[in-house]
Amino acid sequence: MITIKSEREIELMRESGALTAMVLDLLEEEIRPGMTTMQLDRMAEAFIRDHQAVPSFLNYAPKGDPDVTPYPATLCVSINEEVVHGVPSAKRIVREGDIVSVDCGVYKGGYHGDAARTFVLGTIDEKVQLLVDVTRESLELGIAQAVEGNRLHDISAAVETHARSFGFSVIENMVGHGIGSELHEDPAVPNYGKRNTGVKLRTGMALAIEPMIAMGRSRRAVSKRGGWVAVTEDGKPSAHFEHTVIVRAGKAEVLTRSLLEKNLS
Amino acid sequence: MAKEEAIEIEGVIVDALPNAQFKVKLENGLEVLAHVSGKIRMHYIRILPGDKVKVQISPYDISKGRITYRYK
Repeated sequence: MITIKSEREIELMRESGALTAMVLDLLEEEIRPGMTTMQLDRMAEAFIRDHQAVPSFLNYAPKGDPDVTPYPATLCVSINEEVVHGVPSAKRIVREGDIVSVDCGVYKGGYHGDAARTFVLGTIDEKVQLLVDVTRESLELGIAQAVEGNRLHDISAAVETHARSFGFSVIENMVGHGIGSELHEDPAVPNYGKRNTGVKLRTGMALAIEPMIAMGRSRRAVSKRGGWVAVTEDGKPSAHFEHTVIVRAGKAEVLTRSLLEKNLS
Repeated sequence: MAKEEAIEIEGVIVDALPNAQFKVKLENGLEVLAHVSGKIRMHYIRILPGDKVKVQISPYDISKGRITYRYK
């Protein structure tokens, strides 16, 4: 069931959204080659707890599955060919030339915020840089479709068309989602689809739109049995950007905008 | 955090079992036990061994699936 959020609920979601953006801003400023992904995780968790909030991902277990271990960390840090759900570790070091996708969720006042960005460390291959830029743009194009009166897959189609026009592939088995008092709510927001299909979007729907785009031909992100991290099938790099947005008439409201100057467009 | 979705994959019916269940050989070589989606049942779409079908596989139990489409 898709819930429509009231203005009161949206007010609360603004706060968790803003906090999520601040965590990513902090990490964007602090990330350096040579750091472990665990250091990033610690930093994020301390920041979140300082603001009387709780990391959304910590101990998160997908419903309907008794086998999966609850998620053990605050962040998902996925490097290069890792698409999503990279579990931070004290042994994993980010290096110059890596692209590092950091996904973060914050729970405060009964509502979740969820956002992700791919950080580029040092100088990287031109094509990889293009992948990152195109993924970021495709998220913006998707958000532009998240307006009252459009249909859900208008968002998906906008993301897919942009990514494919550069010859990149869309990860299909991982999708965005509704968000609110639960981290994952209905509907599923795929990153591929046909225009004019799917449910009608209405003001007050809260969606986490998150294109996961890969450089090779992989259309699935696969994880080892029981493991969290999901990688591209062909080992090619992939990028990931995500915002929590509220569907509105005319223009969607983005709750997790970065406050960093360089990200203001 | 991204949500993991059912994976859609094509396969061929190997065996028809009771209770509208089928054994399906997937294009990646795996064999799964699949039941028929309500929509297929509703429209009396008959599925026979040898038919090519689309199967949704749960990411949590990759030995079970749901047949969502029978190719002509």
